[in-house]
Amino acid sequence: MHTKTLAELSAGLAAGEFTSVELTEHFLARIRQYDGELNSFITVSEEQALEQARAADVRRGAGKAGPLTGIPLAHKDIFCTDGVRTSCASKMLDPFIAPYDATVVARLGEAGMVMLGKTNMDEFAMGSSNETSYYGPVKNPWDTQSVPGGSSGGSAASVAARLAPAATGTDTGGSIRQPAALCGITGLKPTYGRVSRYGMIAFASSLDQAGPMAASAEDCALLLNAMAGFDGRDSTSAEREVPDYHAALGGDIQGLRIGLPKEYFGEGLDPQVAAAVQAAITEYKKLGAELVEISLPNTHLAVPTYYVVAPAECSSNLSRMDGVRFGYRCEDPKDLEDLYKRSRGEGFGPEVKRRIMVGAYALSSGYYDAYYLKAQQIRQLISRDFIEAFKQVDVILGPTTPTPAFRLGEKKDDPVAMYLADIYTIAVNLAGLPGMSLPCGFADKLPVGLQLIGNYFDEARLLNVAHQYQLATDWHRHLPDGF
Amino acid sequence: MEWETVIGCEIHTQLATKSKIFSGAATAYGAEPNTQACAVDLGLPGVLPVLNKEAVRMAVMFGLAVNAEIGKRSVFARKNYFYPDLPKGYQISQFELPIVGKGELSIELEDGQSKVVGITRAHLEEDAGKSLHEDFHGMTGIDLNRAGTPLLEIVSDPDMRSGKEAAAYMRKVHSLVTCLGICDGNLQEGSFRCDVNVSVRPKGQAEYGTRAEIKNLNSFRFVEKAVEYEVARQIAIIEGGGKVVQETRLFDADKGETRSMRSKEEANDYRYFPDPDLLPVVIEDDFIEALRATLPELPDARKLRFIEAFGLSAYDAAFLTGSRELGDYFEAVAKATGEAKLAANWVMGELSAALNRADTGIADSPISAVQLAGLIARIKDNTISGKIAKEVFEAMWNGEGDADQVIDKKGLKQITDSGAIEAIIDEVLANNAAQVDNYRNAEPDKRGKMIGFFVGQVMKASQGKANPGQVNQLLKAKLDG
Repeated sequence: MHTKTLAELSAGLAAGEFTSVELTEHFLARIRQYDGELNSFITVSEEQALEQARAADVRRGAGKAGPLTGIPLAHKDIFCTDGVRTSCASKMLDPFIAPYDATVVARLGEAGMVMLGKTNMDEFAMGSSNETSYYGPVKNPWDTQSVPGGSSGGSAASVAARLAPAATGTDTGGSIRQPAALCGITGLKPTYGRVSRYGMIAFASSLDQAGPMAASAEDCALLLNAMAGFDGRDSTSAEREVPDYHAALGGDIQGLRIGLPKEYFGEGLDPQVAAAVQAAITEYKKLGAELVEISLPNTHLAVPTYYVVAPAECSSNLSRMDGVRFGYRCEDPKDLEDLYKRSRGEGFGPEVKRRIMVGAYALSSGYYDAYYLKAQQIRQLISRDFIEAFKQVDVILGPTTPTPAFRLGEKKDDPVAMYLADIYTIAVNLAGLPGMSLPCGFADKLPVGLQLIGNYFDEARLLNVAHQYQLATDWHRHLPDGF
Repeated sequence: MEWETVIGCEIHTQLATKSKIFSGAATAYGAEPNTQACAVDLGLPGVLPVLNKEAVRMAVMFGLAVNAEIGKRSVFARKNYFYPDLPKGYQISQFELPIVGKGELSIELEDGQSKVVGITRAHLEEDAGKSLHEDFHGMTGIDLNRAGTPLLEIVSDPDMRSGKEAAAYMRKVHSLVTCLGICDGNLQEGSFRCDVNVSVRPKGQAEYGTRAEIKNLNSFRFVEKAVEYEVARQIAIIEGGGKVVQETRLFDADKGETRSMRSKEEANDYRYFPDPDLLPVVIEDDFIEALRATLPELPDARKLRFIEAFGLSAYDAAFLTGSRELGDYFEAVAKATGEAKLAANWVMGELSAALNRADTGIADSPISAVQLAGLIARIKDNTISGKIAKEVFEAMWNGEGDADQVIDKKGLKQITDSGAIEAIIDEVLANNAAQVDNYRNAEPDKRGKMIGFFVGQVMKASQGKANPGQVNQLLKAKLDG
């Protein structure tokens, strides 16, 4: 059952080939069997999952099942789940149980999906390798000596190893797309505002966006149908119609204009990754697309801009983690200052502290104009690059990452090298555009990700462009050995 | 040397919305601790703020009332600092782009003159919770009921020159926000509190002196007292060769002095930046014009109308328009009785004194406007004298009923029957034969003063119920006979 896509599982449930309880038990068994090594889950909510599966089967019996009813999935441990621990992979929130569900969790729950558990991630979503988790690193199922990417590394690894048919992720600078690429799955970061951020623990509020991670573009379309839409509890969510993304799949892409930004094919790009992406370009030509070379001249400014904006916002967002009302509190605080300093000093890991320090500095009086304000201005330039490009093309194509998965520990002590792993994904968040990653080949037996970037709220087209490629290729059907 | 005082005020008015500025929790005062704090107010991970549109409407109303520029695009910003009663570790406020820009209002000075005070800006922000340091055995209790209550912080230009002016300004803003119905104006519950920035400079000097900020003054009198103390303190420092330090101070009402809370060196860097969770507030002209049409009669306009329509003095009119409720009360009494002067005297005199003694407001007055009008009507139709009326008022205040009921029950009806009054006069004259002789032997121009004695005796004999005018007239006739 686990080799099926979510769309196939949906059909199987509808045809009565298996029940939700059987399906859920199957994936729970796989988690028990394989996750000891992969470490892709922080919490497995077995009892709750079976209860939800039983309810889904009852709902199906009553003729009220939707396309997602009864299908298991995993939630990144950044989404608050009523009654199940939400740790954000931090010692700080290790004891935290939210009294409410995130909107994404609630909506997928209403669609009848079964939550298997909460996936591992970089602490507070800060990292590109899943090595900053308080619960230890996640292993890449394609090579357990390698990282799965981050920050949604647990979600990506669990789907790649088919411990879950699908998972939710969040993407602030590439945290859905980069691990999807490194683990050989399909992941979508929607337009900023498409999916509610309510109940999703904030890293950088102006960049964070939740999205689906699954085996195929079709699966992502099914999930996005349930996830997307206006939420009165998130002022930044878009008050805009949600098209049926699944129904929109299928149109041919004859004459589609695909932009190839020259800045995404330059120095630093691994030749095998480049070759896999070139092969995908050839495939798109065969499908009738027209390829146009474009330029995104401010691409080189994206990483430095991001590392001012994101830390600035996180330095403020994480202030509520103060040891006063919830989460970790140090032993025997002497006074208030001691309580703050030690609770935060002991509760946060080094990467989180680094970003809080950088962000607090960037917002300080006397430095604000030079850093934060300047970064916001450059952000406008980067957005304008894309707006100009989309006057000429329908989608933009390039590699998701410069290299395939790197080895565990390889970049752990070199933050700047780590930050460059997101060099092709970060600009998309700064501009607020939708972007996705889908598998397009291998480099030394490790998956390579193809990135597609769409115009604002053009997820339907983006998903179909990916879907047409997946109809013509089978890269997304490959599974890692041993799983 | 002659010194000049310079004062600017920051007034925090709690807006009278039903729910909080960024959550659906109730704002009502006095609930059990932490029963009016939802996940958003608690700052739990993952929650997001959603702006209460009613708070925006109220802020714009204030802006219109002080003829201010309304910020067509205002932005919420985060003010970052750690404190246990600040759940998110930042306060959502407005910084660079406030909702209300430059405006002005006029204050009445003691000499009857008025003075224009500039409003620098007014911005929306959320209140913090409360830290309770008592009853927790060395620990601190946190009550987050108040966290997220909407505040409008009104910042004045440094235009005031004395404690009295500062208090007059605070009173004026108070009358304005209560008249607009955007604040309940309750000073005891902290709905209206004032921070005062005070500095002194040699008269004629253009630059400002170093200022001290006195925080959280919740009474008009405290503002005046705190400024007076602070001015004297600063002058003494400078004249003694020292320098005033820029700092935040607290006013100790019991001792009548200010003391240091923190100096500028210890001040936080608040690291303001636009809150990415909230969109800029965009205000359309249509919205502004629609609100302008709903503005009630403002205190200045009402004051003018009271002077013109009721013939009140400027002082009385200013007093009676100090709050919307007081103005409404007076107007109801004046209209019901057709006796504006008498109504003004009673409202400003007996009634205000009684309210002050009871430490309560006009809204909670045990004597309604209709009841007071009933009392005045009995004075007007000579049923009772002004003096007896005070006795009736006391009884009414104590809940003994309407004026007519009290007059009836206590037999206070004025004696206007000439025969009855004459009988009393005859008795008084008979009992005071010596005084009668003195009177009659006196020069006519001395008699005017001497008659007072007989009036007093007659009033006393009638237990104050004889009509004083008639007593005078009849006495005169009999004595001069």
